[in-house]
Amino acid sequence: MATYNVKVFISYRKGILDPQGVAVEKAAYSLGFNKVKEVRVGKYITMKIEAEREEEIKKEIEEMAKKFLVNPVIEEYSYKIEVAK
Amino acid sequence: MIFGIPVYPGSNCDKDIGWIIEEVIHEKAKYLWHEDSNLNDIDCIIIPGGFSYGDYLRTGAMAKLSPISEAIYDFAEKGGLVMGICNGFQILLEMGLLPGAMLPNKNLSFICKFVHLKIENNSTPFSNLYEKEEVIYIPIAHAEGNYTCDRETLKEIEENNQVIVRYCSPEGIIDEKFNPNGSVNNIAGICNKKGNVFGLMPHPERASENILGSTNGLTMFKSILEIATGKA
Repeated sequence: MATYNVKVFISYRKGILDPQGVAVEKAAYSLGFNKVKEVRVGKYITMKIEAEREEEIKKEIEEMAKKFLVNPVIEEYSYKIEVAK
Repeated sequence: MIFGIPVYPGSNCDKDIGWIIEEVIHEKAKYLWHEDSNLNDIDCIIIPGGFSYGDYLRTGAMAKLSPISEAIYDFAEKGGLVMGICNGFQILLEMGLLPGAMLPNKNLSFICKFVHLKIENNSTPFSNLYEKEEVIYIPIAHAEGNYTCDRETLKEIEENNQVIVRYCSPEGIIDEKFNPNGSVNNIAGICNKKGNVFGLMPHPERASENILGSTNGLTMFKSILEIATGKA
């Protein structure tokens, strides 16, 4: 059994207006960061999961995403799995 | 008639609804703790506003996992009357009993004010005592009331007359100018296809006594009573 570090990134789907992203982009402009584009504000969730194999972790994360971590009407997500040292 | 009012950690409009049920329409209110799952004697569920579970993760996302929510889901599936107000609406969306989702208000502010709403469908258990196209005056108080859904869903809910109330001008004009939060098509409240589940962002319980500045919300509670008992 190994412990894995899991990082889940959640943001609004493309085409969904992200009012926070818009506000942050405007703020960046007002500070002179003129090259900034398409700012999106999302969520970053970390957790540790114990499992025999990485495949099990994937299943577990996707199940969690489906059940409550992500609302597919407005959000999309990605994740990273690393073996904990 | 017995109204069940689920109380989640962070609900804060439960007592306001209970007051209207008991003191204004003189029916029974039963508070249901989020760990309860017995709805045996309940005739109608009203999910109150507030900040269930501190709005952690997303509004309503944690509340949908409570035992009481599972019981409400089964109750609704069997045709039981369920109304969700504000956070209650957000919970119904997360539970999948109503289509769509909520985004933060377009202007990112918490908005607390009276708004005008147009009754778009007066043939539901929650709106049967209103006139069609009647303009009512009810307050909103939310940071995440920006209703959204995909195009297909929008087409479907519009065609099925599932939009019950829309934000409008005092004269009943529906325009982006009178949309407080950015909701698609000025939607303030929708029902499911069967019509037994209704969610809205405005607070009818805060407009149900003269002292509160409007009694337009009371008609919603009376409509439920009318459909269930015929004695409103």
